[in-house]
Amino acid sequence: MTKVLTDSRSIRIKGRSFLAVVLSPDLPLDEWLIQLDDLAARSAGFFLGRPVVLDVSDLAIDRGQLKALIEDLAKRNVRVMGIEGARPSMLEAGMPPAMKGGRPAADFEVEEKDPEPASDLRNSAPDKPAVPEQRQVTQSIVIGEPIRSGQSVIFPEGDVTIVGSVASGSEVIAGGSVHIYGALRGRVMAGSVGNASARIFCRKLEAELIAIDGVYKMAEDMDPNLLGKAVQLWLEGDVIMAETLF
Amino acid sequence: MGKVVVVTSGKGGVGKTTSTAALGAALAQRNEKVVVVDFDVGLRNLDLVMGAERRVVYDIVNVIQGDAKLPQALIRDKRLDNLFLLPASQTRDKDALTPEGVERVMADLKRYFDWVICDSPAGIERGATLAMRHADMAVVVTNPEVSSVRDSDRIIGLLDAKTMKAERGERIEKHLLLTRYDVNRAERGDMLKVEDVLEILSIPLIGIIPESSDVLRASNIGAPVTLADAKSAPAMAYFDAARRLAGEDLPITIPGEKRGIFGKIFGRKAA
Ligand SMILES: Nc1ncnc2c1ncn2[C@@H]1O[C@H](COP(=O)(O)OP(=O)(O)O)[C@@H](O)[C@H]1O
Ligand SMILES: [Mg+2]
Repeated sequence: MTKVLTDSRSIRIKGRSFLAVVLSPDLPLDEWLIQLDDLAARSAGFFLGRPVVLDVSDLAIDRGQLKALIEDLAKRNVRVMGIEGARPSMLEAGMPPAMKGGRPAADFEVEEKDPEPASDLRNSAPDKPAVPEQRQVTQSIVIGEPIRSGQSVIFPEGDVTIVGSVASGSEVIAGGSVHIYGALRGRVMAGSVGNASARIFCRKLEAELIAIDGVYKMAEDMDPNLLGKAVQLWLEGDVIMAETLF
Repeated sequence: MGKVVVVTSGKGGVGKTTSTAALGAALAQRNEKVVVVDFDVGLRNLDLVMGAERRVVYDIVNVIQGDAKLPQALIRDKRLDNLFLLPASQTRDKDALTPEGVERVMADLKRYFDWVICDSPAGIERGATLAMRHADMAVVVTNPEVSSVRDSDRIIGLLDAKTMKAERGERIEKHLLLTRYDVNRAERGDMLKVEDVLEILSIPLIGIIPESSDVLRASNIGAPVTLADAKSAPAMAYFDAARRLAGEDLPITIPGEKRGIFGKIFGRKAA
């Protein structure tokens, strides 16, 4: 049983992940800025060309102080692309957007003349070992537990297998195919870095959104006959096809 | 060393405070030393449900800020002398709780009590994450409705990421407590089914507490329902939940049903 899930006109959206430096300031801010200047002096150009996310969780400052901090960073040529952990009252129009869902990765190596570690720097990216540039073999990860609401799994390098369900309000973004041995209730984007042959498999389709190579479908556009079934989805041209499994 | 339990949910009004008091009093009736800790700074309630609101002198914020010693802030229950309350402050906001201060208080409480039961505020912000930070186990309080289930799912994700145990690479024990289960609405089919909630959250169930006016009556007289009316349906369900929390293995029954569904659920699990 093969069904056409989309009409032919589709908008393409793609997920892509970038490695960002996360700066987590401490109070008092003026002392922290001195430390930052010190770090910058010892490793010239560290921030040049790097996306920087400002993590202000647990930082007791208000909107005015946050604004001043962003300006202080701009004076140092540190351009903030997003703010993590801010209370809504701290943000205003014109500030970098709020971000969430960042996941820790290995610390950046800071090249410096002085061997003192730069403890204020963390970075944010998928939680996995560094992937070598050449990818002759297909990469894959297996996750042995359910993906909970609010969590996201981002794996641009290849396939993602989840032994468990993908909850409403969670997302999985894979460069390759996505296999879900459980219910798919959240969002899944397969082939997200341009792979039209990627597929999505799940034991129970109740997805909020699915996408393959940027072609996407919302819940209400899906054939009601497929809901609750074990389904595989793939792309033919610009059309997402689906069929029930078993 | 005692066990630290966080009672949490994401969503407000689902029965966290009621459950903290009821489980605390149920465990204390097993002759274990219990303290219930209110983390809902600014919106404290646990003192009312425990009937101790007129006896609050110092609170957790005073202890953290060094204005009072821990024993000065602990309030002994009038009915059970091995049950204590550490109240929250009503006049401060949750920023008065510092991570270091909470860590010290938790370490001290674990030394003196078998059970440290933390009543979490609603939400997923600082107050809730501080309440769960030092927990060994979590009781995830959920009502059988979509928004509550999704919020619980979010909280379970946080429990697996933001607790000390998780950061040390260990697993925090998580238990589902389904509360405010309305037998009439269940019969009419306008609540999520127990098995659907279990399927979505996929953590073990330690009890189903029926919606009951006994709970309101107990809170009006300022007593945990497991002390106010130990023979009432919600109290019995809380007693059983407390036994499961302590590691006993008991069959679970759905309020208003003979057995039915649960044979199926456990059958499937075993398969
Ligand atoms: N099983 C129950 N039956 C009836 N009312 C309940 C039950 N559990 C809780 N309630 C009521 O619901 C309201 C919210 O409960 P509470 O324990 O304060 O929730 P939370 O701490 O999660 O905000 C209170 O008025 C309480 O008396
Ligand atoms: Mg409460």
